Amino acid sequence: MASDTPLLDELEKGPWPSFVKEIKRSAGKSPKAKDLLGVVEQSYKDKITHWKHGGIVGVTGYGGGVIGRYTDIPEKFPNAEQMHTIRVNHPSGWFYTTKALRTVCDIWEKHGSGLTNMHGSTGDIILLGTDTDQLQPAFNTLTENGFDLGGSGSALRTPSGCVGPARCEWACIDSPHLIYDLTQTFQDELHRPRWPYKFKIKASACPNDCVAAIARADFTIIGTWRDSIRIDQAAVKEYASKGLDIENLIVARCPGQALEYDAKAQKLSVKPQDCLRCMHCISKMTKAIRPGKETGATILIGGKAPILRGAFLSWVLVPFIKVEPPYTEIKELLEKIWDWWDEHGRNRERIAETIGRLGLKDFLKAVDLKPIPQMVYHPRSNPFVFF
Amino acid sequence: MASINLHGNSYEVDEDGFLQEPDKWTEDVAKAMAEMEGITDLNETHWKVMNYLRDYFKQNGIAPMVRKLTKDTGVNLKEMYELFPQGPANSACKWAGLPKPTGCV
Repeated sequence: MASDTPLLDELEKGPWPSFVKEIKRSAGKSPKAKDLLGVVEQSYKDKITHWKHGGIVGVTGYGGGVIGRYTDIPEKFPNAEQMHTIRVNHPSGWFYTTKALRTVCDIWEKHGSGLTNMHGSTGDIILLGTDTDQLQPAFNTLTENGFDLGGSGSALRTPSGCVGPARCEWACIDSPHLIYDLTQTFQDELHRPRWPYKFKIKASACPNDCVAAIARADFTIIGTWRDSIRIDQAAVKEYASKGLDIENLIVARCPGQALEYDAKAQKLSVKPQDCLRCMHCISKMTKAIRPGKETGATILIGGKAPILRGAFLSWVLVPFIKVEPPYTEIKELLEKIWDWWDEHGRNRERIAETIGRLGLKDFLKAVDLKPIPQMVYHPRSNPFVFF
Repeated sequence: MASINLHGNSYEVDEDGFLQEPDKWTEDVAKAMAEMEGITDLNETHWKVMNYLRDYFKQNGIAPMVRKLTKDTGVNLKEMYELFPQGPANSACKWAGLPKPTGCV
């Protein structure tokens, strides 16, 4: 018998784990997963999507968390007619017990297709594909078991952070705890869209930025330190004796030219005032160099994708801030930012675009920050200065 | 295309229950939609919000932003969700007969 999905079947070949295999395995249990394969095969044939525009569904009390989706070929694949996605807030750092995962799986097999994304790029557990009448029961069971929905729409989206001190020796802040705390504090902002557009928070515990906070969050928290890196000279010697080319691979590549290496004595030294905390030497000599002791974070603002006015990486707003529970300073800053943006932002204008339109000067005044050199890469080159 | 029936009249709605022909909206339509979400009696504030939405849409061709809605009606977001179970977009705009909100929801 010829296969119903000849194009997708090709993607079961090759060494990488195949999503087609996964969906087929679910298709045995779930008619929704089976019809999803049909819709996807049709899209592979036609080279266009077969999902209709938009979709507004939800659960009582929340304005977001569920993304409605309908296929435009329901006559062929009736089980995929409604294919809504539920975003479920993940635990900080994506640490699970099997018990927690089994709970989610049981709920989702009962109320949905059994298909998931682990995880959506914002961080949520994504439950893929269910019907409108299953949303409320699924939500009720999830919350009874301690899970809540994530964010969607013009709201605070699910904050996420790197694993931090849970298992990384470079963590300068407790990113999982900070993310958890912010998520709990701003539940209302997360579940009930009220702003001009979406707003994302991400926290990385060091400048390696393992959650790409600088590129994928409007409000970026990146761990750093303000004293000196700590060098263990005995470990440096060991790296040298094992043949690491410290001179060329570490010292010559230091962007701040802050390192000096005495090859004879096998001694590495640093000029802390020139160190840009780029993490290169630390990442290369993990056993010999550590971040400083006086840790905190840099706060940056404005990261976003291209639409409408071009892509932005977040830029520096606060060069150094202590990050300690209950994180009052960070929360107050966030609230000031939201107040200003909500008041002045146009419909569907990200914070970076609002700042770009109205000027950094007004924004800084509104959030009670003084302009400082660290906020800019270089001073303006034109003379059109407003007084 | 689905439809809802009311006093012998049929109204076309999309999958999410949004009215396809906004001109056909009547207060009875709003009542019927509210009932589907479990709200059986619409009070003065319900109507204030819905009338505001309809007027704003008529004048501007789009739904107002949430801040504008709460400011102009004096109904804060918490009250808004008490009145409209799924909030200003999913419930209030739908009952008021406005087109479906679009974008990255």
